[in-house]
Amino acid sequence: MKTEHSRAEMIKEISGVNPLKCMKCGKCSASCPSYNEMDIKPHQFVSYVINEDIESLVKSKSLWKCLSCFACVERCPRDVKPGKLIDAARQIVVRERGKNYLLADDIPELVDPDTPQQLLVSALRRYRR
Amino acid sequence: MQRIGVFVCHCGTNIAATVDVKKVVEMALHEPGVVHAEDYAYMCSEAGQELIHKAIKEKHLTGLVVCSCSPRMHETTFRNAAEKAGLNPYMVEIANIREHCSWIHKDIEEATEKAVILMRAAVAKVNLDAPLKPGESRVTKRALVIGGGIAGIQTALDIAEAGYPVDIVEKTPSIGGRMSQLDKTFPTLDCSSCILTPKMGEVNAHPLINIYTYSEVESVSGFVGDFTVEIRKKARSVDMNKCTGCGVCQEKCPSKKTPSEFNRGLSTRSAIYTPFAQAVPNVPVIDRDACIKFKTGKCGICSKVCQAGAIDYDQIDEIVTEKYGAIVVATGFDMIKLDKYDEYAYSQSKDVITSLELERIMNAAGPTGGHLERLSDGKPPKEMVFIQCVGSRCADDRGKSYCSKVCCMYTAKHAMLIRDKYPDTNVTVFYIDVRTPGKNFDEFYRRAVEDYGVNYIKGQVGKVIPQPNGKLLVQGADLLDNKQILKEADMVVLAAAIEPNPDVRKIATMLTASIDTNNFLTEAHAKLRPVESPTAGIFLSGVCQGPKDIPETVSQAGAAAVKAIGLLAKDKLLTNPCTAHSDELLCNGCSQCANVCPYGAITYEDKEVNDHGVRETRRIAVVNDALCQGCGACTVTCPSGAMDLQGFSNRQILAEVDAICR
Repeated sequence: MKTEHSRAEMIKEISGVNPLKCMKCGKCSASCPSYNEMDIKPHQFVSYVINEDIESLVKSKSLWKCLSCFACVERCPRDVKPGKLIDAARQIVVRERGKNYLLADDIPELVDPDTPQQLLVSALRRYRR
Repeated sequence: MQRIGVFVCHCGTNIAATVDVKKVVEMALHEPGVVHAEDYAYMCSEAGQELIHKAIKEKHLTGLVVCSCSPRMHETTFRNAAEKAGLNPYMVEIANIREHCSWIHKDIEEATEKAVILMRAAVAKVNLDAPLKPGESRVTKRALVIGGGIAGIQTALDIAEAGYPVDIVEKTPSIGGRMSQLDKTFPTLDCSSCILTPKMGEVNAHPLINIYTYSEVESVSGFVGDFTVEIRKKARSVDMNKCTGCGVCQEKCPSKKTPSEFNRGLSTRSAIYTPFAQAVPNVPVIDRDACIKFKTGKCGICSKVCQAGAIDYDQIDEIVTEKYGAIVVATGFDMIKLDKYDEYAYSQSKDVITSLELERIMNAAGPTGGHLERLSDGKPPKEMVFIQCVGSRCADDRGKSYCSKVCCMYTAKHAMLIRDKYPDTNVTVFYIDVRTPGKNFDEFYRRAVEDYGVNYIKGQVGKVIPQPNGKLLVQGADLLDNKQILKEADMVVLAAAIEPNPDVRKIATMLTASIDTNNFLTEAHAKLRPVESPTAGIFLSGVCQGPKDIPETVSQAGAAAVKAIGLLAKDKLLTNPCTAHSDELLCNGCSQCANVCPYGAITYEDKEVNDHGVRETRRIAVVNDALCQGCGACTVTCPSGAMDLQGFSNRQILAEVDAICR
């Protein structure tokens, strides 16, 4: 099992986000369509990563309630983009479980060519738990 | 051969904690020409300067190297100290072992090695230094103020009160600026125009102040004390001397569809107009793009109704050339455009407005006669939502990285005024932080919450959704209650970020004054010289330097005036002797130096030269010492090596490089 510190570092690395840039404005939570379904709210995700409490994130309902709509990514004024952090936390879960249900090569045929790539990647992470 | 003294400063622990100063002293003694070296805790102190004085006298020093902080900090101090001891001040070199060395290194050994190298380069330069003598230039005792808002008005008044003539150049048809658009002012809630109008009148009546409205600075040349400025007086189409300001022309003008700039486009104005009733001067201009006479050749009604015969369709732009000793920039600000913030529905709904638009709506002379009403249907709003920090404090390219500083206070003001005048209207403010540093500022904000019942919610709004019933659905989050909020509002007010007037880039280029990445003019020193531009003779007043409220702007305007007065009070200025010169035997007259010179200091002359016995007439570059600022652009451009800078000669620079590489 990895330490909480190394998991937090991994989330930052995967997402490319520096959570210290957050000014706690809450525009992410204000924008989130799944807000009421979440136990840890989008703006709280940032401080959980800063405080390296990744286990709580991984066990949270929020992780799988995020729709990956990227409203928070689009509107975040500080370039923190909690949606990317959530996405990275999902990936940590996936990596730690280490099983694949779908081969990467099979995907292109199944997908509408206009689908944004990042949405696709997020969706895969979301539905393969 | 020079007799050089090297003085190594500890700067307390600033240098000595990272650099082995004793080692620098020891190494200095091995350098050519060095006859004396010592270290001291604070070289810039009286005692430190005394050490320098004593060494110059006792060791008959001809040149000094001071290893200390940046020359921007204490070069003048040490040059003055040298001069007092009878040495030419230009025989002093600074090796910057603080900013360039101790502050940026952690390892003592490496930092010491670098400090020694920097010392060595400075010694190499002093070995080739020659005494220089500054020249003198005159000071034109007249100031130019660019911008006629409260900053420009206050600066102009203060300079004129000291007895120096001042010209104000204002782009719009009237002075007054942003402050004239405001309804009330925080934290005392006095009426903005009631306190501004008397000042506008004072400027207008002052015998030493001359106002060019509807005018722009066209070009600037010259240097501190002796600027030459061309001012374009745009054709007003109205004779300033004949017009009585009766206003009949504006009433009768049939072209009334142009959005009023003064009312932020919330009402329309005629083609011949004064921006507002208290305009100074009270003389209208014809907006030629809107005027029917100018567009079709027919109409001419204003000319027919003007009793004074002041309308002049044939007027053309006029260029006035004037000399100034000092220039004050007071170009002010505007609000950012909100086209990148679609989530707040500014362009989708008339009832989503900016704070400056609300300011006009609340004003008795504004588009609604001072009644708070929705612009869509004229109904009074029952639920008002204010959104703070729209475009301020943004890390992305949609907004500005800085805090606009004034929004927290004016939003508290708006909220309070609305609750006072319309007690049935609920006011909600979505904030990230409430920032109220300033005298009586936090008390003001607390009054809004405690006495006026304004509902402050911590959390930025996510989006505003116009509803089919005309309401605005505001989706936000209350971060303290950890709840998402959906609120139906009748009006939404956006505290949009402020940004420097876009024209400032053009003006800064003309003045060779530096600006930062946000287009704010840079001050010479953030703390110690906040109202001066690094370019000599250019001073900064108001928001062009950074966000400020009215009290701060007025204080800074006064400070800029004092700096300008200090300059104008001098009869002569000492010029920088580090100027460029061309060697006539090497110059081939290629003109490359003149092309790169930012000061227009280089001209060409046909001169007879004697090149090893051959007499011939050649085209040769000549530098005007009074204009040259010693930037060195010509010396690096010159392909034949004819151009050289006194005090920074090519030989000296190369000697420094050699010393570093040794």
